Amino acid sequence: MTREELILPENLVSSRPALMNEAPMHYCPGCSHGMVHKIIAEVIEEMQLEERTIGVCPVGCAVFAYRYLDIDWQEAAHGRAPAVATALKRLWSDRLVFTYQGDGDLACIGTCETIHALNRGEKITIIFINNAIYGMTGGQMAPTTLVGMKTATCPYGRDVELHGYPLNITDLAVNLEGTAFVSRQSVHTVAAARKAKRAIRQAFENSMNGIGSNLVEIVSTCSSGWKTDPAKANEWMEENMFKHYKLGDLKTV
Amino acid sequence: MSKIRGAIVVDTERCKGCGLCVVACPLRLISLAKKKVNHKGYPYAEQPDWEPCIGCTNCAVVCPDGCISVYRKKEE
Repeated sequence: MTREELILPENLVSSRPALMNEAPMHYCPGCSHGMVHKIIAEVIEEMQLEERTIGVCPVGCAVFAYRYLDIDWQEAAHGRAPAVATALKRLWSDRLVFTYQGDGDLACIGTCETIHALNRGEKITIIFINNAIYGMTGGQMAPTTLVGMKTATCPYGRDVELHGYPLNITDLAVNLEGTAFVSRQSVHTVAAARKAKRAIRQAFENSMNGIGSNLVEIVSTCSSGWKTDPAKANEWMEENMFKHYKLGDLKTV
Repeated sequence: MSKIRGAIVVDTERCKGCGLCVVACPLRLISLAKKKVNHKGYPYAEQPDWEPCIGCTNCAVVCPDGCISVYRKKEE
């Protein structure tokens, strides 16, 4: 068999999802955002909700998410995505409404909106990309930064006496009565990406079936902010991040 | 005996040369181009030897930019 005989449309088994358009993504090489975008596009396609999905963009690295997926999007003020999503879902209850937020947006400036939207049991899905750093602004310390982790604003490592402890929003969400599905996943390997896809699918189905609020945290890398290459960033995440942010479905109803 | 044959096509202009597909390939068939870059200056991923490829799609799953298309066929 020659290469030309193999590379034919009928033999295609995997390619970019149809919902992801040709606009080149502005993310750094190896950024986890791209993989999560791809997973979201695949899940929406599988659920055949292309015409009935509204995403809410955050402020942060994913601020331009609306450029890359061909669904309806709404841009929210910094941290206010769950409040915007609440309004959208209440007005259009037949739509799939999800927010896509980073840790600076969700766990810092938007803590109030996030916790209250989850606690009210709004029928939305919150996708939380946690890379323990403010990636967009140059790698400053975030509430989720690990103890001892070096960033631009804590060059000697996060000190508990000075900066306090990392905020674990997902573990908090488990104890809220409004949440139906809370999961923490990762996308650094093929197996992890498949599990993350299952979790996002479950969360989206719950949203469409009107079962509580749903939170899926994706523990991610920021190779630029962590000042390493993408493959080493994945190793660093496995060694350090997973100790504090344990993967798995934390709450299912 | 039938054999599964695979091959990948990389959208070289979209590729950013992150190298995640290089470590994801179980047969280590993918490498970053040497002394060749796309218009943005990234050394893109390529598969110099496609013959052993089994089309497992691991590279396509981990590619953050969705630049890899995988083709697979059973050879009788």
